Amino acid sequence: MGELWKLFATFCRIGAFTFGGGYAMLPLIQKEIVEKNQWATDEEVLDYYAIGQCTPGIIAVNTATFIGFKRKGIPGAIAATCGIVFPSIVIITIIAAYLKHFEDYAIVQHAFGGIRVAVAALILNTVIKMWNTSVKDWLGILIFSASFVAVAFFNISPIIVVVISATLGIFTANTRTDVR
Amino acid sequence: MIYLQLFLSFMKIGLFSFGGGYAMIPLIQKEIESHGWLSASQFVDIIAIAEMTPGPIAVNSATFVGYKAAGIVGGLIATIGVATPSLVLILIVSRYFFKFQDHPVNKMIFYGIRPVIVGLIFSAAVFVAQTAFLKESTVLNLSYMLENFLYIINFKGVLIFAISLICLVKFKINPILMIVISGILGLLITI
Repeated sequence: MGELWKLFATFCRIGAFTFGGGYAMLPLIQKEIVEKNQWATDEEVLDYYAIGQCTPGIIAVNTATFIGFKRKGIPGAIAATCGIVFPSIVIITIIAAYLKHFEDYAIVQHAFGGIRVAVAALILNTVIKMWNTSVKDWLGILIFSASFVAVAFFNISPIIVVVISATLGIFTANTRTDVR
Repeated sequence: MIYLQLFLSFMKIGLFSFGGGYAMIPLIQKEIESHGWLSASQFVDIIAIAEMTPGPIAVNSATFVGYKAAGIVGGLIATIGVATPSLVLILIVSRYFFKFQDHPVNKMIFYGIRPVIVGLIFSAAVFVAQTAFLKESTVLNLSYMLENFLYIINFKGVLIFAISLICLVKFKINPILMIVISGILGLLITI
C-alpha cells in the first residue's frame, strides 16, 4: 500500500505543477521520478516518451502508466494514472462550477504570463540535461537537428521521424561500440 | 444515458489522438458539437482554461466538458474515459517493452530514437518560448518580425527567462519552486 500511495502522491504533485501537458511535464518527471525516487533513468523516460508519441493517447498519462507499471504492475499503473489526473479533476471542477470567465481575470493572466516563461526555461533545461545521456555521436546530433527542423518548421508527423530514426539506429549499429 | 455517452465520446477522443493536447482539440470540438454539450463560446473558453491551469490539456478539457454537460459525476466520467485508452494500451505495450528492454535490437532502435525525442523536447521549448517572448502571437511574417523587432519582443519575458535558466542550470532549483516563484513574479511585474 505504501508504494502505491507514493506513486499516486508523486504523480499528483507532477500533475498539479505541469502547465501545458506532455513535454512541460518532463522537468518534473526528471526531478521527482529520476532524481528523487530513482524509479527510472533519463534514458528510460525518453523511451517512454518515444512510445507515448507513437501510440494513441495522452502522453502524460502514457508516461505515468509506464512508470507505475514498472514499479508495481497493474495496480501501480492505475495509481500513477489516477495521480496524474487528480489535480485536473479538482481544479477544473472548481473553475467550471464557480469561476465564470476564469481565463479573463487579470490575476490569472499575469501569473500565467510568468509561469509560461519559467516553463520555457524548464523545458530547455531538460534538453540540456538529456543531451549528454542520449546524443552521443555525430549520428545523434544529425538526428536531433533533423527531427527538430522536421517537426518545428515542416509539421512532419513525429511518428514518421521516430520510425526513420529507429531504422537508422539499426543500420548503423555495426559502426558503434554500444551494441555488443 | 448521458454518462455513457460522455464516457464513450471521450474514450474515442483518447483513442484517436496521437501526439497530445492540441491534436485533440478538433476531435473534442466535433464530439461536443454533435452532442450539443457546449456552446461555441464556451468551447473557446475551454482551450484557454485548459492551457492556463495545471494538468494535461486533454484531461482538463474532458473534466470541463463533462462537468458542463452532467455535473461532477459527468466530469469524472469524461476524465476516466479520456484516460482509459492510454492506460490500457500502455499496459499492453509495457509488458513487451520491459521483456525486450535489454535485447540488442531494442537497444539499437532506441539509440536512434532518443535524439529524436530530445529534438521534440527542444521544439516544445521553442514553441513555449515563442509565445512567451513575442507580444503579438499572431505575427508569422518573418520580415515584419525583423523590421519591428524592438516592438514585438517582450524584453521582460526574455530577462526572466535568462534568470530562470541560470537558476536551473547553476543552482539546480526545484522545478515546482520555479513555477511558484515565476507565477508570483508574473503578478508583481506583469510580464
